[in-house]
Amino acid sequence: MIARSTQSDVFSRRKISIIVFIIIIGLLYLARLYYIQVIDHRYKIYASSNVQRVITDYAARGLIYDRNGELLVYNEPYYDLMVIPRQVTSIDTTEFINLLGITEEQFINRMQSAISHSRHKGSVFERQISKDIYAVFQEKLFRFPGFYVQPRTLRKYPYQMAAHLFGYVGEAGPSIIANEPYYKPGDYIGISGIEKHYEEILRGQKGTRIILVDALNRDIGPFQDGRYDTLAVAGTDLFTSLDYELQLYGERLMQNKRGSIVAIEPSSGEILALVTSPGYDPNLLVGRVRSQNYRNFQEDTLKPLFNRALMANYPPGSVFKVANFLVGLQEGGINLNSRYSCPGYYYSGGITVRCRTHPQPVNVITALQHSCNTFSCIQFRNTLELPKFGSMQEALTTWRNHLISMGFGRTFNSDLPYELSGLLGSSDYYDGIYGTRGWRALTVISLAIGQGEIGTTPLQLANLAATVANRGFYYTPHIVKAIGTNDNLNPEFLDRHNTTIDSVHYDAIVTAMYETVESGTGRFSKIPDIPFAGKTGTVQNPHGENHSAFIAFGPVEEPKIAISVIVENAGGGASWAAPISSLMIEKYLTREINRAWFEQRILDASF
Amino acid sequence: MGTQFDFFKKLDKTTIFIYLCLVVIGWISIYAAEIKDHHQSIFDFSQSYGKQFVWILTAIVLGVIILSIDAKIFPTFAYIIYILGIVSLIGVLLFGTTVNASKSWFHIGGIALQPAEFVKYATALALARIVYDNKNRSRNIKTLLKPAMIVALPVVMIFLQNDTGTALVFAAFVVVFYREGFIPGWLLILGIAAAFLFILTLLFNEFYIIGGLTALFVISSFFLIKKPSVIKQLFLLLIVINAYVYAVDYAYEEVLQPHQKMRIAVLIDENIDLRGAGYNLHQSKIAIGSGGMWGKGFLEGTQTKFSFVPEQGTDFIFCTIGEEWGFAGSFVLISLYIFLLVRLVLLAERQRSVFSRIFGYSLVTILFFHFFVNIGMTIGLVPVIGIPLPFISYGGSSLWAFTIFLFTFLKLDSKRLELL
Repeated sequence: MIARSTQSDVFSRRKISIIVFIIIIGLLYLARLYYIQVIDHRYKIYASSNVQRVITDYAARGLIYDRNGELLVYNEPYYDLMVIPRQVTSIDTTEFINLLGITEEQFINRMQSAISHSRHKGSVFERQISKDIYAVFQEKLFRFPGFYVQPRTLRKYPYQMAAHLFGYVGEAGPSIIANEPYYKPGDYIGISGIEKHYEEILRGQKGTRIILVDALNRDIGPFQDGRYDTLAVAGTDLFTSLDYELQLYGERLMQNKRGSIVAIEPSSGEILALVTSPGYDPNLLVGRVRSQNYRNFQEDTLKPLFNRALMANYPPGSVFKVANFLVGLQEGGINLNSRYSCPGYYYSGGITVRCRTHPQPVNVITALQHSCNTFSCIQFRNTLELPKFGSMQEALTTWRNHLISMGFGRTFNSDLPYELSGLLGSSDYYDGIYGTRGWRALTVISLAIGQGEIGTTPLQLANLAATVANRGFYYTPHIVKAIGTNDNLNPEFLDRHNTTIDSVHYDAIVTAMYETVESGTGRFSKIPDIPFAGKTGTVQNPHGENHSAFIAFGPVEEPKIAISVIVENAGGGASWAAPISSLMIEKYLTREINRAWFEQRILDASF
Repeated sequence: MGTQFDFFKKLDKTTIFIYLCLVVIGWISIYAAEIKDHHQSIFDFSQSYGKQFVWILTAIVLGVIILSIDAKIFPTFAYIIYILGIVSLIGVLLFGTTVNASKSWFHIGGIALQPAEFVKYATALALARIVYDNKNRSRNIKTLLKPAMIVALPVVMIFLQNDTGTALVFAAFVVVFYREGFIPGWLLILGIAAAFLFILTLLFNEFYIIGGLTALFVISSFFLIKKPSVIKQLFLLLIVINAYVYAVDYAYEEVLQPHQKMRIAVLIDENIDLRGAGYNLHQSKIAIGSGGMWGKGFLEGTQTKFSFVPEQGTDFIFCTIGEEWGFAGSFVLISLYIFLLVRLVLLAERQRSVFSRIFGYSLVTILFFHFFVNIGMTIGLVPVIGIPLPFISYGGSSLWAFTIFLFTFLKLDSKRLELL
């Protein structure tokens, strides 16, 4: 008995180690709990990201109207099928791929690309699913955890016109996302045209909602009753200055031709029509068909993506005499009493410029009326060789500055897409070619008739017509007239730009341009009862047939429309560009055409 | 008759009080973990918390029955109860149903029972009885054979059911053997050291450990240059340890099944496979960690309410407590448990009967093992092993078995002066 209890006592000391061990484990666990619950804050963040899901409500982009409130661009709803890879657990893949009509391989590839984007955030799995598939998915979505449908909108264009002006909308790329914090992957952004220039007005404001989701990704209501949610604000509507009927008509007249029409309201600079031909249906550059169509357009030899009205760089030809005569009158190289006879050519210092047969002799008015090259060269040389200019450089710079004040040789910095500046050589330019003393007026004499080292865009020519219509000033040509409502004028373009030519000189040119249409080179394009003014141009083209050019405005008093037309490789300005201008003016001023045969001739033409 | 019913006077009321506290905490936590919008009453018997209420009531009735029967019954029927337990294990292997890959359940009329839970109790009784029967023999490794067989038999059978977690619980009896003198202290320390080294081996490349130990040996040899015999012994030890380290690494790579490896891997690297094997542990830590100092409040736990934590009514019940009651709540629960365990050690020590003492120690060590593994896995200190937190987790078998276990000991304790 004694031995037993002794033995028992010996081992009973072991209770101490057992108790100590239990307490040590207890303290260890408490220390660990203190660490993860009180010290380490990561788990609180994890917990909220577990249950909170940020949902983006995309704002509807602003609508785009014409100057009279006709709807030109609107939104059409569609649906993207989205996936959050982390939440995709067990789904019936066979049913899923059959539903979407994709292969198993495509399924795996798309999942992998979504995973490489983010496991925790939504990626687009299938873009713009059809309404039928959408309906089926809505019913079966609960069987595909991790997938959801995101409503979006796409642009839709009821009239197939002015594609270049509208531009297009696409997903914001990586560089945009990196530089502008507003944009997140999957967001849309205007990529060109009006959509780009007015992006911030059109896009509105995205809204975000925070909802709670459970472990099965089911929506279980708003987080804190929506206290942190922001509502999406729809984009602001824009009213373009386009007259949609005129635009449509212009595109119709230009069918089967290459070239452009730019029509401006002189009193405001608002662009009434801007046609570039060939163009394309803007609906073709929307949504999932865009990339393929875009590639096709890029490969098209007719360059439908090239906006001729703003980017083509033609020598202006005879229409440029308008500008040259204005400079000459302003500087005193000629005056209204100057008269010269034309032998049918201009000859000086071994250079010959040919002219055509026309009544003799000519003054400023009749020279322009009959587009006399001889008079043009004489007046150009007289102006540049005026004794008041100390040097050729000073003379050319003066000439050039006048032209810049009329909008040549630079861009208008307007709201138009990819506007180019054209070419207007400075004296440095000629010094570089011929040396400081190596050139004189005769060297650049071709500028007198708008040929040689000069390039102007159709927009600049239309602006010249508008400037003459205004007798000496213009407003920046622009495409968006008003923002939000039709009477809230676009504040960007309300400044009047005066040219460096006095108004009186314009009066003479207006008379000359009126006479051009009444009884000059443009007489075949006269509109009964509507007096308008114009100037023909035949642009010599080393690569082929001449380009047909014409600038005009009408009516002569209180002009409502100024226009430039260029038809590539069509021949003389009087034959094609002038009739098209005439029809456009008639259409705009009377809303109808009373010369069916005249119109039909143009519609039938093809170059 | 009088003696039959004044047992209450001699009962350890502190233990009973803690028991009731734990059971109520468990019930409320199950309610918080499993509540659905449509079933809001805690007495909704179609829901787990409603059922748990029934389990609690019946467990208390069982407890009262245990307390009211003669204490001599337990040593007397110890072997019979043990044999019944073994038979039930055979039965479940033949006729049981499979839940979570373990064939360890009887389904009888809508009630699921897990015999293994009761076998822990039966084994404790038989172990206490066999040591009691041989109480005059010396205690050493050799005399351990018979008691060890008593423990080993159910372990093998439970392994056969593929219920590794429950089988591992029986490792707790090692501590009972230590207390009773069958195992020397150094062996236990060696065991713990081996486990520690095991984890180190998995954490670091085995060659680092072998290299480190060798370096340690070279340095100590330098200081013990005048005692070649000690160096010799140290060298032998080095070889044994290095062999062990290498063996562990080999065992981990080659012997463990993939899912078992994964459970250890997720413990070591906390960012591993968060959607798969690491998910439970990750979500569990998020739940507990997001509780903060004071918790999110009763029924406010987002991890719990929105079902991010799996098995949250049973094995991961501690997540709900940690999330909704914070560190404060965790502190209270851990303290209650540690207090109960220490209290039971002291109660076991005051037994005059070897039978009662061994039975008491079996209870303590098994409770402790459950506590150690269950809480440890939710906070990422122990691999995920699916065993419940006694008195807290949802489940009738576990609650009944531990209640019977505890109350049998309390009954024995109340008769400690009469039993020898």
